[in-house]
Amino acid sequence: MSMVRILAIAGLALWLALPARAAIEIQEVTSPGGIDAWLVESHEIPFVALEIRFRGGASLDAPDKRGAINLMTALLEEGSGEMDARAFVRARDALAASFRFDAGQDAISVSARMLTENRDAAVDLLRQALHEPRFDADAIDRVRGQVLANIRSDAKDPGTIAAQTFDRLAFGDHPYASASDGTEESVAALTRDDLVEAHARVIARDRIHVAAAGDITAEELGALLDRLFNGLPKTGAPLPDRAAYALDGGVTVVPFDTPQSSAVFGHEGMERDHPDFFAAYVMNEVLGAGGFESRLMKEVRVKRGLTYGVYSYIYPMDYAALMLGQVASANNRMAEAISVIRDEWAKMAAEGVTEQELEDVKTYLTGAYPLRFDGNAPIARILVGMQMEGLSPDYVNTRNDQIMAVTLEDVRRVAGEVLQPDRLHFVVVGRPEGLETTN
Amino acid sequence: MRPIRLALAALLVTALPARAETVTDFTLGNGLEVVVIEDHRAPVVVQMVWYRVGAADEPAGKSGIAHFLEHLMFKGTDDLGPGEFSAIVQANGGSDNAFTSWDYTAYFQRVAADRLGLMMEIEADRMRDLRLADGDVLTERAVILEERNQRTENDPGALFSEQRRAAQYQNHPYGIPIIGWKHEMEGLTRADALAFYETYYAPNNAILVVAGDVDPDEVRALAEEHYGPLAPSGALPERARPQEPPQLAERRLKFADPRVAQPYVLRTYLAPERDPGAQQTAAALTYLAQILGGEGANSVLGDKLQFEARTAIYTSAFYDGLSLDDTTFGLVVVPAPGVGLDEAEAALDNALAEFLAEGIDPELFATLKTQTHASEIFSRDSVQGLARRYGAALTSGLTVEDVQAWPDILQAVTPEDVMEAARDVLNRSNAVTGWLERPADERTEVTQ
Repeated sequence: MSMVRILAIAGLALWLALPARAAIEIQEVTSPGGIDAWLVESHEIPFVALEIRFRGGASLDAPDKRGAINLMTALLEEGSGEMDARAFVRARDALAASFRFDAGQDAISVSARMLTENRDAAVDLLRQALHEPRFDADAIDRVRGQVLANIRSDAKDPGTIAAQTFDRLAFGDHPYASASDGTEESVAALTRDDLVEAHARVIARDRIHVAAAGDITAEELGALLDRLFNGLPKTGAPLPDRAAYALDGGVTVVPFDTPQSSAVFGHEGMERDHPDFFAAYVMNEVLGAGGFESRLMKEVRVKRGLTYGVYSYIYPMDYAALMLGQVASANNRMAEAISVIRDEWAKMAAEGVTEQELEDVKTYLTGAYPLRFDGNAPIARILVGMQMEGLSPDYVNTRNDQIMAVTLEDVRRVAGEVLQPDRLHFVVVGRPEGLETTN
Repeated sequence: MRPIRLALAALLVTALPARAETVTDFTLGNGLEVVVIEDHRAPVVVQMVWYRVGAADEPAGKSGIAHFLEHLMFKGTDDLGPGEFSAIVQANGGSDNAFTSWDYTAYFQRVAADRLGLMMEIEADRMRDLRLADGDVLTERAVILEERNQRTENDPGALFSEQRRAAQYQNHPYGIPIIGWKHEMEGLTRADALAFYETYYAPNNAILVVAGDVDPDEVRALAEEHYGPLAPSGALPERARPQEPPQLAERRLKFADPRVAQPYVLRTYLAPERDPGAQQTAAALTYLAQILGGEGANSVLGDKLQFEARTAIYTSAFYDGLSLDDTTFGLVVVPAPGVGLDEAEAALDNALAEFLAEGIDPELFATLKTQTHASEIFSRDSVQGLARRYGAALTSGLTVEDVQAWPDILQAVTPEDVMEAARDVLNRSNAVTGWLERPADERTEVTQ
């Protein structure tokens, strides 16, 4: 095969990639009862994917009740209304509906898939779970046991220890400093009253975001929203305060006997609504988000074989923003991996990206964006995520233009602001040779 | 089992036939099999090339070479430099990756539908024209050793699972880990990789799956253009691995590691797989796994061990019938605090004995039929998932017809079929029972 031919085709494809847009049409729906939602109608497959968020999430745990919202959320599918845990699951399975409840730091997520042929019954069941959880004593004990097992497993997992240690050092007294699961002690002490209180703090109408995709009309969705949410309390606990960032540059080693060290590293980052966000996003794509093409992957993995994977993340949360990374490397090679990462961080901060890198990454990001919208479930997830980030439905049409508008100078300037090599802190879990805790 | 009568029962899903995915298949003159799955909802295409070769086809002493070669396939050809393959995919807004199992090695790209021709051009290029530099091979060997560190050495559960498989298979290479034994990985060379490549990578040992917003006629024309000229291999070895002898003795193992947070009991039984034209037993075992341990609150083990006796905080059963040779049927019990692994295992065996005596709750069975039907509907939401389904099946000895017959075969299974399969498979002579635990001197923590 001739090389010239491949390059010619690649060149043509580059040119074609530029005008790509997401091929979806988002409807804004307001229910008769006043609940807003976004909808992408698609009647090819007879089911709907529904994504619900209650903003605040596990960060709304009351003081000294860490883990209450997580345990409460896990108990939503463990008995409600007239049904105990087993009755509820049997009813759900008989409808072949799928409900997933998850408590994150910034939101409680409810992900549902419901067949068109029995959607009303599935909605009734989901309503019952949200409105009338029973918190039966036996269910509390059973699920508490599972949560405690997860907490103990996390305490023995090097990657999780690294992430949790970083959060603890970074966020002081804020809920972000601790895992949303809680600790063995805090979870063991939770009572049924604590769970009722946790439910009241977060499951409220003034913090709901909803997106739907699939076999449902706007009118049907309006009725569904009212059926699901009418009667929930108007408001819950006040949303959390911003988290102050308390960590400075350095290294923290957490000794743990295992052959490979795991590291989480980072410093403060950039807010999602910052005017330079896209320049930072493009920069990070070149630095460490872009698969095999990123600088970190090339330097740490491809050239030196120091790791299976190294990544960097722009990580905006609702009440703080981080610039993060992670890597794992054998105990005798981690110090070298960290040294290479520090060099790349400093180089990017000083010089930004090259013209070729900028062009390549723009082509990739704008070409890849429309490919995300390839099913009801992913579309509903993307839409609710946009709402959580404060974006408008039109964002799907303007996002690629904003990527294309980023200039070389923007990236250079923003890289110097966002990346702070001196403040980079590495938390390393393992027995890394030649690394010790600083300050 | 306590039957629950609900007002909702009237709304049980009727087993309407779900309109299946639109699939076209054909074979090129050089033996390349092609499967086209149409989904026109989004302008996306997934190209996958699946080779009928995996870790269970490796030469003795070269464990990990199939997976190592998968990594090296990104290191260049006569036309493309190292890393250039992925760079071209990314420059077209696409993403790419690859994966290796015991029965297959697969490469895929996900890209805008109008880039399919280019993806075929570069994928066809590396089917026959791989070029490897010594330095790249040595560096990549360090990468796979770090991958093993990350996946296995750092995870006592993964080490335990590796030991368990080695005990399960007495003769078949399914007992060797896909990533390889560490001491053998350390000795893998460029020559090993190229020998494996030249033996197995050819159009007559591959399946091309194209899924998404495509027209089958256009796919055929593009496939003829890009893959058609590749020469087939005239020396493909017959795919016959050493088979298991009758397994006559139960095996037991204990694996202790201070990094274990949650001890558990895991048992696997040797079990039949889906065979071409004969998938009924596998279908019955698929139900058996769901009945015993599919959903905690609605399964036999969950009911007996988590809800009634409360000896366990988690139970599960698993079975995957997609396998070229004998597969396994597995059970897991995670004991409640204060419950020892011996008690947990005894409770498991009691529950199994009761189940074999009591039979299947008809309501649960009806629910599983409904869910099986619904999962066919939900699965059509992910065209990449459908592509994987066909690729994995066709590299595991099945045909397109077998894949398409599977939902109907599942719907035809009776409770009697499941009980018969259960009596056959739940035979301790075929089984390995493993305990994952902490070292004895640290075990007091368990009940705290």
